[in-house]
Amino acid sequence: MRFIFKTNYAQDINIARHSGDRFWYSLLIILMLAMPLLIDDFYLGEISYVCILAIAGIGLMILSGYTGLASLGHAAFLGIGAYTHAFLLTNGIPFFASIPIVVIVSFMVGALIGIPILRLTGMYLAIATLALCFIAEHVFIKWEHFTGGNRGMPVPQPEIMGMSFYDSATFYYVCLAFLILSMFAAINILRSPTGRAFVAIRDSEIAAQSLGVNLGLYKALSFAISGAFTGLAGALLAHYIGYLAPDIFNIFLSLTLLLLIVVGGMGSLHGTVFGAIFVGYLPQLIAICRDYLPSSIGSQPGLEPMLFGLILVLFILYEPLGIYGRWVKVKLFFQLFPTYKKQTFKKQKVFTKSDRV
Amino acid sequence: MQLIQLIIDGVASGCIYGLVALGFVLIYKATETINFAQGDILMLGAFVAFSLIGVLGMDYIMGFALTVVIIAVFGFFLDSVVVRQIIGQPPFATVMLTIGIGFILRGFASIYWGTDIFSFSTPFSGKITEFNGLIISYVNLSIIIGTVILVLVLYLFFTFSRIGVAMRASSENQLAAYYMGIPVKFIFSLIWSISAATAAIAGVLLAPITLVDTSISLIGLKAFAAAVLGGFGSIPGAIVGGIIIGIVEQLCGTYENYLFEGIREISAYLVLILTLIIYPRGLFSDKAEVKKV
Repeated sequence: MRFIFKTNYAQDINIARHSGDRFWYSLLIILMLAMPLLIDDFYLGEISYVCILAIAGIGLMILSGYTGLASLGHAAFLGIGAYTHAFLLTNGIPFFASIPIVVIVSFMVGALIGIPILRLTGMYLAIATLALCFIAEHVFIKWEHFTGGNRGMPVPQPEIMGMSFYDSATFYYVCLAFLILSMFAAINILRSPTGRAFVAIRDSEIAAQSLGVNLGLYKALSFAISGAFTGLAGALLAHYIGYLAPDIFNIFLSLTLLLLIVVGGMGSLHGTVFGAIFVGYLPQLIAICRDYLPSSIGSQPGLEPMLFGLILVLFILYEPLGIYGRWVKVKLFFQLFPTYKKQTFKKQKVFTKSDRV
Repeated sequence: MQLIQLIIDGVASGCIYGLVALGFVLIYKATETINFAQGDILMLGAFVAFSLIGVLGMDYIMGFALTVVIIAVFGFFLDSVVVRQIIGQPPFATVMLTIGIGFILRGFASIYWGTDIFSFSTPFSGKITEFNGLIISYVNLSIIIGTVILVLVLYLFFTFSRIGVAMRASSENQLAAYYMGIPVKFIFSLIWSISAATAAIAGVLLAPITLVDTSISLIGLKAFAAAVLGGFGSIPGAIVGGIIIGIVEQLCGTYENYLFEGIREISAYLVLILTLIIYPRGLFSDKAEVKKV
């Protein structure tokens, strides 16, 4: 086990904790960059999709995992991002100008929605965002001038530096670049005073408030930042799908995002990537399961939501820290080899905190 | 006259929202968790009733009663086996857990019963009565009367029976109730079973109107609007909130041309968000205001 001897304050917020981190993450990035040489076009598309999911996951993770606010309506932000991006591209705005506009628009929408709604606590917020998701889906259907309504809307595939988005390697690099950028942005937000305020709000609103955190402001900010990341993911998703229809951005997508962060591990950025890999490959996993089940069950359309719910319930009950939490436990087990104690990660019982006054 | 007609139809569908909202409120008052699977339990109730009445050919009243009992038992074990395990974790965990349960129920229903739309015959189907030029279908009448009876029964139960009083005590203060010798865990599971039974009743009453398929679980989401409007935590509030939502929806549907197209489908959610922004404590809240930041 490696102990870090800290000699100054800056070490506390270093992005890489020690040289081992730097080595492994550089290796990972090099591997990801070399990916198009190693694997087939089809799998490259899959990995691009995982990258997009991970970006959306970062957005929701900042809101739910770090600020402790549940949102059941993040598909709305994906939709806003996707439609804004498609609309801008259709009107001749170049890709690299469109993306910042999308991010700003999603940020503004997040802030606008966040300010009135975030005065609510806990479950009220979940309900309100749920309603928001339905309203957004409806707006996408009815605002035909902007979204094409139920007919849908084609997404133009732009060229950057002479390479078309139809080429899966190009698209893969774009997604990867945005994922790495988002990751750095998220890490930096989270180690700044803003991010620390988010975590403080999550752990105890009263304590945070007594230390001078403006709850309303920071919650709205968290919602807006979360919206911005998710909007960016939406813009990339638009390219991945190629043809936008309002029913893509339904409640099921919101719940998929929630599944992503729960399975990945609440409160860790690693978790978003693990969760994205899991959610991205879940349909394949289910397809494999179908083959092994008797055909009377295997061919049912209801199998997918059922497994989806089952996985969610099992993770919440038995591994609330998700895949990342499990990974940390396994790592610690080997680091402390003969002396690992199960109690290290024992869930602390918290007495139900009453919302009532 | 047309207005009164609309209001009557609205009250009927509103009663359904009210009943589902009642389920939310009962659980929320007792355990401070929200059961996002309430709508799916309603769906399950409708499907079970379909199996008993439509497939097995049971008598309507018998089938109805048996459905309620089955779903009530299901609700009891849902709490005592699954939901209780996460007491003491943040509300987010409960939200996710009940959503997951909802998905399992919906998936199960579509695997077991299939995705077709079913219906079963009831004594009320297709009959109408005329009163001063108003047309009231027996189905709507059965919903309204059923709701009134159920609310009355619940009121008597909570006021006069020992278990009902014990439930109110546990909702008020768990620790004190425990000291008084009330088996709080058992009582909470009973509350879950009552709440599930209410949803099942709503499901069976609703079945003749919407027919039975998996999409009726979405009613649970509209019932949120009813519960919030009534002030989460007030039983009369839930019913009144439900009725208001039902009427608003009918009116929005009819006068759609004057407003904007498609407002009917989202009117409940608009009411929900407006309530949360303007008057978050709700109409009938007996507790202090919802904690604001």
